[in-house]
Amino acid sequence: MTASENKKTKQTGPRGIRQTMSDLHIWAGLLVGWVLYAMFITGTVSYFKEEISQWMRPELAHQRVVPDAAEVAPRVARELQQLAPDSPQWSMRMPDERNNVVSTFWRAPSTENGRRVFGSAVFDPATGLKVDGRETNGGEFFYRFHFQFHYMPVLWARWLASFCAMFMLVAIVSGVITHKKIFVDFFTFRWGKGQRSWLDAHNVLSVLGLPFHAMITYTGLVTLMMMTMPWGNSAVINTPSDRQALQAQMSSFLPAPKPSGEKLELAPLTGMVQQAQARWGTHNIGNITVNLAGDAHAQVTITPSEAGRVSHSPQYMLFNGVTGELREVKDHVGGAAETRGVMFALHLGRFADTTLRWLYFLVSLAGTAMVGTGLVMWTVKRRSKLPNPQKPYFGFWLVERLNIAAIAGLSIAMAGMLWANRLLPLALDKRAEWEIHSFFIIWGVTLLWAMLRPAKRAWVELLWAACAALALLPLLNVLTTDRPLWHSVLSDDWSFAGLELSLWALAALHALLAVRTLRHQPKSKPQPRFRAVVTPNTEDTQKAAP
Amino acid sequence: MSLRMIGTPRAALAKARQVGPLLSRIVAAIGGGYALAALTSIAAVLLPMDKFQGVLTGMMLSFIVYVGAVIWVFAVRSATRAWVGLLVAAIPLALASWPVWNGVNAA
Repeated sequence: MTASENKKTKQTGPRGIRQTMSDLHIWAGLLVGWVLYAMFITGTVSYFKEEISQWMRPELAHQRVVPDAAEVAPRVARELQQLAPDSPQWSMRMPDERNNVVSTFWRAPSTENGRRVFGSAVFDPATGLKVDGRETNGGEFFYRFHFQFHYMPVLWARWLASFCAMFMLVAIVSGVITHKKIFVDFFTFRWGKGQRSWLDAHNVLSVLGLPFHAMITYTGLVTLMMMTMPWGNSAVINTPSDRQALQAQMSSFLPAPKPSGEKLELAPLTGMVQQAQARWGTHNIGNITVNLAGDAHAQVTITPSEAGRVSHSPQYMLFNGVTGELREVKDHVGGAAETRGVMFALHLGRFADTTLRWLYFLVSLAGTAMVGTGLVMWTVKRRSKLPNPQKPYFGFWLVERLNIAAIAGLSIAMAGMLWANRLLPLALDKRAEWEIHSFFIIWGVTLLWAMLRPAKRAWVELLWAACAALALLPLLNVLTTDRPLWHSVLSDDWSFAGLELSLWALAALHALLAVRTLRHQPKSKPQPRFRAVVTPNTEDTQKAAP
Repeated sequence: MSLRMIGTPRAALAKARQVGPLLSRIVAAIGGGYALAALTSIAAVLLPMDKFQGVLTGMMLSFIVYVGAVIWVFAVRSATRAWVGLLVAAIPLALASWPVWNGVNAA
């Protein structure tokens, strides 16, 4: 709170709506701000998860031409039938312009403790063989972390993510109400004015992307609503057929039919894929799912690519797996289900072409910075009021240190995972997991650093470390692979080149932040008025009360 | 808060008076807001559409009700008003949800 606002709270009457909304905004934002920041930044980079995955699999050559799904599918299917025989269901995602592998997963024929067991592997579309390269989860880790974190049960984690997203939505709405002149504030920026500048930066970042921030938070809640808001579902969807009908409104995955026991060869996939291509376009094939391969009841489902339309609602062509004959075409669902599909698609942004994808990335980065500036502002506002800035009270100390690790530390950890991708020995057992462990180990070290060093120095040091970790990655790539940046640029490999140039841009951003933090002179003039305004109502200042 | 501060019963009472309404609002916002959102999601099944669309519509609407409830809880003058407002909104939703929850299926 600013001094003038503090004066208002001194009056005994009810506080204005802007004041209460401001308090709500501050606390809803602060309490889960660190989690939100991590969700925002990992979500932001996930808009380029395919490119990150490509960079993390340097052994796979740059894909000049998108291969024909009608040729790739049977190639990979042959391998999958060897790898997962008797699997009741396996699925392959076809390569596209941004993705040079075939990602597959399958259900094991047996269960473990009554739970289904799944396997997964990544295939090279050119050879149909398993990718012969370093074991890595690629950009998938950031994507998963974004909504289910790590080292904790997936359900708990998704609840936590939803809980934080709800706080975010509350922070957005209360933040808008707090604003007196949202339009004017958008054109107001006061450089080098300490707290005012932070506030202006926070406002610009928030208002600029407001429709996006509101959309992304709300649609994020929608993606997990089956879990968090199941009450209507449990009230009226009670029979297996109802459950299946609801599922069919949301997903292209069909339940596996009962096996007949009679062995019959799976029909060639080429013909089925070509029919799907005739309907949706040559390079618009998404997933190919095969149920009961080798059984007389086999069926094949083909879906269009997610890049093709702004909805995630189920569409598919269903084929008889033995005769190859088309059995069903699904191309629409109910209105609410379609709305849900559009919200999913808006959140995931997989329909976006390169330009729109960059817009997604930039405005989402602005959202990340909105959360970050909000967190920093909490300390900036309160530092000038500290009785002794050298020895702040515990809450202030904690917020400040967590900010450093959550913001500067996370950049280092994320870059660090890319370092681990290049440096961990190829033969290391559970290598893909160790890449992820490296991320958390590095993040932990930055937290320790943030707690042990003086705050300002910790900020500057960690920001410079992040800058170095990002800037040196393209050089590390020169030393550890045969795909140096100049080669990528000359051979039009913009997945590699684009990512490395972006790393440099991000490194420059961190350098700028480091320089500005170093030059920053906090105003530590004690304000005697402060003590006078500690009233029972101002819960955000009472911790400082002597 | 130090032990000295809540040492005497009187001080403890004063502290409770100060923190109580705030805690009450937090419970109203998180718990009450969720309950209101859940009731909305059930009542929405009565909307004139098939029950699958109704279920999905209810889920999507629920978050808007939730955020509205939280804002209400902190915007009004007292914790009591906050609870009363939530209850007033909950009564019609509960009445609408009752038959749905008890299996008298809508369309």
